[in-house]
Amino acid sequence: MTPRAAVLELPADISVIENAVERAVHCCASARLARNRLMFNFRVGLTEALSNAILYGNGGDPQKRVRVELRVRSGEVRARVTDEGHGFDPDTVPDPRLPENIPRPDGRGIFLMRALMDEVHYNELGNSVTLVLREGTRPAP
Amino acid sequence: MDHSDNPGREGTMTFNVRKVGGATVISVDGQLIVGNRQELKQKVLAELERGARRFVIDFTRTGYIDSSGLGILVSLSRSIRQERGDLRLASLNDDLRTLFELTKLDTLFEIHATLRDALAD
Repeated sequence: MTPRAAVLELPADISVIENAVERAVHCCASARLARNRLMFNFRVGLTEALSNAILYGNGGDPQKRVRVELRVRSGEVRARVTDEGHGFDPDTVPDPRLPENIPRPDGRGIFLMRALMDEVHYNELGNSVTLVLREGTRPAP
Repeated sequence: MDHSDNPGREGTMTFNVRKVGGATVISVDGQLIVGNRQELKQKVLAELERGARRFVIDFTRTGYIDSSGLGILVSLSRSIRQERGDLRLASLNDDLRTLFELTKLDTLFEIHATLRDALAD
């Protein structure tokens, strides 16, 4: 297949997340990943990235935007999610699986992205994350 | 600021509440994610305030759950326990079940394979 690219520009409003994820899934269908990898791993991973960008990166400010860049080719999808925030250091986020963190209601988003996607990369500033999901490189999920 | 005050705007999700025997069963039809988690919380807490103590959340028709959805389940579990109540989860598909295992939340919740099992004493 010919590689495909698409860009979504979103307001920093959590009510747009589900629809944006469905649009991204539709765009990525041509990668021909196994159905549950696209419909589960990718949907959850992208939801987490958008949620972090809107709530933490942009501080929920509806005047700010989130940019989603999709790159799709056979057997691989890439989604780069960029917010207008000042970034953060993802390596400082505690492991939610530690016994003292299991009863906490928060702190699982980055862990889930890393667990469900094949690659998760942040830029140096920490306001842009790239998710990569491929066919057949990791069991689902 | 609470960023989750727009329940229902997603349009593809419903939470159906019904009584089965002495239990309050809440079915999650669609996704349980950051955009609708507060609606589930409000429904469960309203039932808790009315005196309900035994809750089952049925995931038979659930597509996916994100970390905010997991977080609201943790929060509700705590609220229900504080009132000496009981929260059970039922009918998670393999993907959803794996989410709970990956995060070790399967150690926090009572998870049943079917709604019928969850409703049994």
